[in-house]
Amino acid sequence: MRASRGVSLYSLQQAYYLRRLTLEDCIAACAAMGATGIETLAEQMMPGFPHLPDSFYEQWHGWMERYGTTPTAHDMFLDTKRWKHRLLAHEEMVSSVRRDIDHASKLGCTVIRVLVITPPEVVEACIPYAAERGVKLALEIHAPRHFDDEWIQRHYEVYERYGPDWVGFTPDMGIFVRRYPRTHSERLLRDGATERIVQHVVDAYDAAAGGPGAPPDLRWLRAEVEELGGNAHDLRAADLAARMLWSDPQRLRDFMPYVHHVHAKFYEMTDDGTEYSIPYEEIVPILLEGGYTGSLSSEYEGQRHLQDVHEVDEVEQVRRQQRLFARLLGESEQA
Amino acid sequence: MFDRYMIIEGSLRRTDDGFEFDVRIPYYRGIALSMIEAFEVTVDGEEVPRDRIRFLLRGREYTHDELEQDAETRWEFGEIATLRVAWPGRLEPGEHVIRQATQLRIAYLPAPLRGQDEKSLAVA
Repeated sequence: MRASRGVSLYSLQQAYYLRRLTLEDCIAACAAMGATGIETLAEQMMPGFPHLPDSFYEQWHGWMERYGTTPTAHDMFLDTKRWKHRLLAHEEMVSSVRRDIDHASKLGCTVIRVLVITPPEVVEACIPYAAERGVKLALEIHAPRHFDDEWIQRHYEVYERYGPDWVGFTPDMGIFVRRYPRTHSERLLRDGATERIVQHVVDAYDAAAGGPGAPPDLRWLRAEVEELGGNAHDLRAADLAARMLWSDPQRLRDFMPYVHHVHAKFYEMTDDGTEYSIPYEEIVPILLEGGYTGSLSSEYEGQRHLQDVHEVDEVEQVRRQQRLFARLLGESEQA
Repeated sequence: MFDRYMIIEGSLRRTDDGFEFDVRIPYYRGIALSMIEAFEVTVDGEEVPRDRIRFLLRGREYTHDELEQDAETRWEFGEIATLRVAWPGRLEPGEHVIRQATQLRIAYLPAPLRGQDEKSLAVA
């Protein structure tokens, strides 16, 4: 078994939101790119969740068969703020995660993307339930968190006691942003940021990112932008630089047995077929050498930064990333 | 994140005691109504008091207080709902600038997510 190509339908959210594509259309579009894995957010494209009728799941399996696709991950949410005046209690959180495990199992998913805020003790309490249903719990590692972050390490300490069979991680490749995304900086400029200040922020980010060792901390940029007389949009540019993350992809090697799923986050696939900010040409070989057998699940997130100028073609953006992956996975036939 | 698509073009209608228009959620998934923190509406620069705004979903009408209590019903992603506003002077025929913001309580965000749209809509 080896790594395969997949798509999170998160990538096509705008087309679905505007009712340009149905759930089935999204699946068909992914299959047409040669992607075999389908990742879904029930709360996005499966109205009625968590009370979906059996007929829905039958239809779902019918689609998987028709398009030759396989369910990969279900992205769960944990609404700790469901009630205005109190947070969910431990038992409520556990039953919410179990509800999602049931859904994932009915879809035929092998992985649940566990929301990063899920407390370690809640994940731990759900491990036997997940194991019984053949679903791996994979905590998302999403910027600004990374493998060496204290919260992630707290989870890891628990996971190590159980081993990687039913628990682990879904690293989001947005933890490897080497270059300040052009989609973001250009949007900030259109919103009213100052060109010279944004350039300063971009240069500072790009200079700090890309090296080995601990991820750079760019929180100091805000004070500098204030000193430069930056406006509210310039400050947003600085805050974004501090929230985005470059961590060394080599660190993936140490966690490979626990990497059950990969969110191949991207903001912009350029005309020459590379991602503007995230060095997939370096990351994918590390995953493959580490024996990754899961899905490289495309997760496009550029649409929200372009909404003010045009309705972006999400399908084309995903197709470009899938072509890149086909190449990096050594597929002879182009997607 | 879907700000510019929140207010539905051409949806402004007069009602017996005010007006209504259609909206979508400013977030990438659907949520339980109890997580709706607030709807804000401004018409031609004038802010509508919170207690004059009702949320209509699939034929049912909710006050802000009623939304807060309902963790079962979900406003689905991309689903079109209606905001009904009690507006004593009603609206003159013609164009009106509607500004609408929605605040949602999202577990992983420190402050409510707030999406805002503004559109000029005509009423007959």
